Amino acid sequence: MIANQKGVDMAINFSVNGRPVSVNAPESTRLLWVLREELKLSGTKFGCGAGQCGACMVHIDGERMFSCLMPVAAAQGKAVTTIEGLSPGRMNALQRAWLAESVPQCGYCQSGQLMSAAALLAANPRPTRAEIKDHMSANVCRCGTYPRIVRAIERAVREG
Amino acid sequence: MTTRREFMVGAAGLTFTVLVDGCAAMRTEELRAGAALASAPAGGAKTVNAWASLAQDGTVYIVNPAVEMGQGSQTAIPLIIAEEMDADWSRVVIVPAAPDDKIYGNPGFRGLMYTAGSATVTGYWDVARTFGAQVRRVVMENAARKWDVPLAELSTEPSTVLHAKTGRRLSYGEIAAFAQVPAAAPTIRLEELKKPEQYRLIGKDVMRVELPTKVNGTAQYSIDVQLPGMLYGAVLRGPVEGTSPLTIDDAQARAVAGVVRIVPMAFGVGVIGETPWAAFDAKNALKVTWDRRARAFGHDSDEAIPVYSAAARDFNRAGKPWDTAGDARGAMQKAAKIYESEYVCDYSYHAQMEPLNSVASVSAAGDACEIWCGTQSQTMAVAAVAKALAIPVEKVKLNLTLLGGGFGRRGHRDEEFVVDSVLLSREVKRPVKVLWTREDDVHNGRFRPLSVHFLRAGLDSSGRIVAWQHRVACDEITAFQDPLRYKGGGEKDFLAMAGSELRTYDIPNRLSEQLPQETGIRTSSLRGIGFGPNKFATEAFLDEVAAKHGLDPVELRLQLLKNTPRGQAVIRAVVEMSDYRRKRPGRGLGFSFIDYSGTMVAAVAEVSVDKARGKVSVHDFWLALDPGIAVQPDNVVAQTESSIVYGLGLALTERIAIKDGAVQQSNILDYGVPRMHDIPELHIKLMSTPNRPTGAGQMATPIVAPAISSAVFAASGARVRHMPFLPERVLAAMA
Repeated sequence: MIANQKGVDMAINFSVNGRPVSVNAPESTRLLWVLREELKLSGTKFGCGAGQCGACMVHIDGERMFSCLMPVAAAQGKAVTTIEGLSPGRMNALQRAWLAESVPQCGYCQSGQLMSAAALLAANPRPTRAEIKDHMSANVCRCGTYPRIVRAIERAVREG
Repeated sequence: MTTRREFMVGAAGLTFTVLVDGCAAMRTEELRAGAALASAPAGGAKTVNAWASLAQDGTVYIVNPAVEMGQGSQTAIPLIIAEEMDADWSRVVIVPAAPDDKIYGNPGFRGLMYTAGSATVTGYWDVARTFGAQVRRVVMENAARKWDVPLAELSTEPSTVLHAKTGRRLSYGEIAAFAQVPAAAPTIRLEELKKPEQYRLIGKDVMRVELPTKVNGTAQYSIDVQLPGMLYGAVLRGPVEGTSPLTIDDAQARAVAGVVRIVPMAFGVGVIGETPWAAFDAKNALKVTWDRRARAFGHDSDEAIPVYSAAARDFNRAGKPWDTAGDARGAMQKAAKIYESEYVCDYSYHAQMEPLNSVASVSAAGDACEIWCGTQSQTMAVAAVAKALAIPVEKVKLNLTLLGGGFGRRGHRDEEFVVDSVLLSREVKRPVKVLWTREDDVHNGRFRPLSVHFLRAGLDSSGRIVAWQHRVACDEITAFQDPLRYKGGGEKDFLAMAGSELRTYDIPNRLSEQLPQETGIRTSSLRGIGFGPNKFATEAFLDEVAAKHGLDPVELRLQLLKNTPRGQAVIRAVVEMSDYRRKRPGRGLGFSFIDYSGTMVAAVAEVSVDKARGKVSVHDFWLALDPGIAVQPDNVVAQTESSIVYGLGLALTERIAIKDGAVQQSNILDYGVPRMHDIPELHIKLMSTPNRPTGAGQMATPIVAPAISSAVFAASGARVRHMPFLPERVLAAMA
């Protein structure tokens, strides 16, 4: 358990991938680091620490969120979903499409890309290509897998 | 480590061991029955010297000497070995190579384990195929003895030896149970290797082996490593290379809860904390003043441009020659017409998605160390750690992870981001994960240099280019990045100058030379190395010469490539794909060609220019490339898409500015990495030919900027000669 900076034991309670968790950390600690280093869910990545690249993207009550910006205290009572909980035990349509289109290169941004794409399809099951590009431009891929991400999202929509 | 005795006692198959002698032929030191790694995890420590093992259960273990940073080498090299082995790919298990240049070094890098320069497949091509063929031959010889038939009557199917006359079959696993191994490996001549039409795996697209882990969050990068008792480190580095802390006020840093240790270092101040945030907060609370003696203080990238330009333009100043043919100076004097122009490239940054980091665990006595890192050179990392601790390399155990992007940033001889964690772990004798923030990654970045290119082309009365001069004033790269290679390679700055040679073009008199600028700025290879700046300058300049002399830019290249049919072929393909001759109102088309180490690339960009704001929009990008044999064709296309996107950012938005030696940008946004909505429609034609593979990982990056520059000229009449093509620069060019 992580010591509170002020020495006050202030547990923050929320769920991660359906499992209740209680963490002690300074309130301003970013959710990203709690997920990665405290809860050992390392699929969510650190890329910029400033909400500029999307490698850290998670879902909070179903909406996508930069976990590198979100203070852990803001997760109190919320349901957090990470890449590990996107489709436990089997691949969902997006993950299958990601492999069918051989999307990942270095792969480091892809958890965040998938979480963004999943949030898009949850809100908009049949996005236009322009809507895909607009939504997915919150995420950066330095390997430039953008054309394949578009194709994979369209494939996931098509193949379900 | 498995001892030799364990090898013998545990014998369950065949292990093949081959030593590579420099970049020349292979030489078998050891080839004997031994333990296959039937149950060995991919840690591979048991296979110290082996390239391949055949287990009795049919598993085929193949060692991968390259690192995986998204380019696919981890799959491609074992695939090439498996091809010549005729191994059943579904039974192959890939094992990472131990850090040993003598066995696993890339012949393309003088025997160094170094994954870079799109040189992995091409560098290992002969070695990997020959080794695979040797294994297949030994397996067949054993089957021939067993059946008492001539070797010539045998053939193979995947992981199976066949005797067609009698219909008998033996699997490689069955053969492993009784096989005897000759004292010396059989000699395989290159002519005996498979012909392309015989390939079962090469050219057929198999899924990259690590891909499934990259869609469910299980892929392991060094930043993901967790160890019992691990602490977290952060390092505040000086603003420039070579500076040291003068005064350190760490009172506030020590007050941060969870801080374990503040560590003054030669190049900065380290902080060790119980959590990442404790380490970051404490680092941010440090107050440090710096010794001003380091060379880079005072350097200003804007102010440097006229200085570099003066050097490039002053022909009385001799440069370091790179590409020489004929008599460039003499032929220039005799030319009927001379054109000249100047091009500029700003500093640029890698922006690999995973900020640099590493994990180290130094032993209590300080005499051994284990490291976890994503490096582009396993042996450089081990050597740098051994040097930092003054211990033998044998005392350093490397755990290589996936790399969250490399692009040339992770292959410096000093491996400073690896040594960081080692130095901090030594202080506390506990495992330490050192994390660079993105701001650290930018501020401590090592950049593609600032460069000014002055070019002259001399034409004879018929309009043929007969003389070519290209003077490059830029910060040196190689001497900083890799002093050993620099000294060993005749002090040539190949990382900066590569691509200024125009060997494929039929220009009889050429001279490219470097005017090295000693600035003290941290420099680096970056995807495409010197080809990026140099091809921008040469190809955009050729377009300029064509326009000024009334030549067609495509016809000009076809004439220059009159002795290079493969170059002509990609040009004709891209002209057809893009319907290049069709005029498009409000749009401009720009054409470019490069020969990148034998890979032929031609491209056309279609752009529009917002004449009020100066913004360049790239709508479509067509590209044809011939990399020779494409081992993994779809992956070559993926790498080409990737190269183009990378080149777009460099051409249009990405810029590092330096004031008083310090980097002015700090994160993804202000550096300007492209996003999905910035990307044009990409149209790629892979034109594989049955020639030796010449690389694909970065071959398209350098062609993007000149194609766009020429397209901007076609659309607006303005010639943009300063990369990136920021709106204010486009507006200035149009004025």
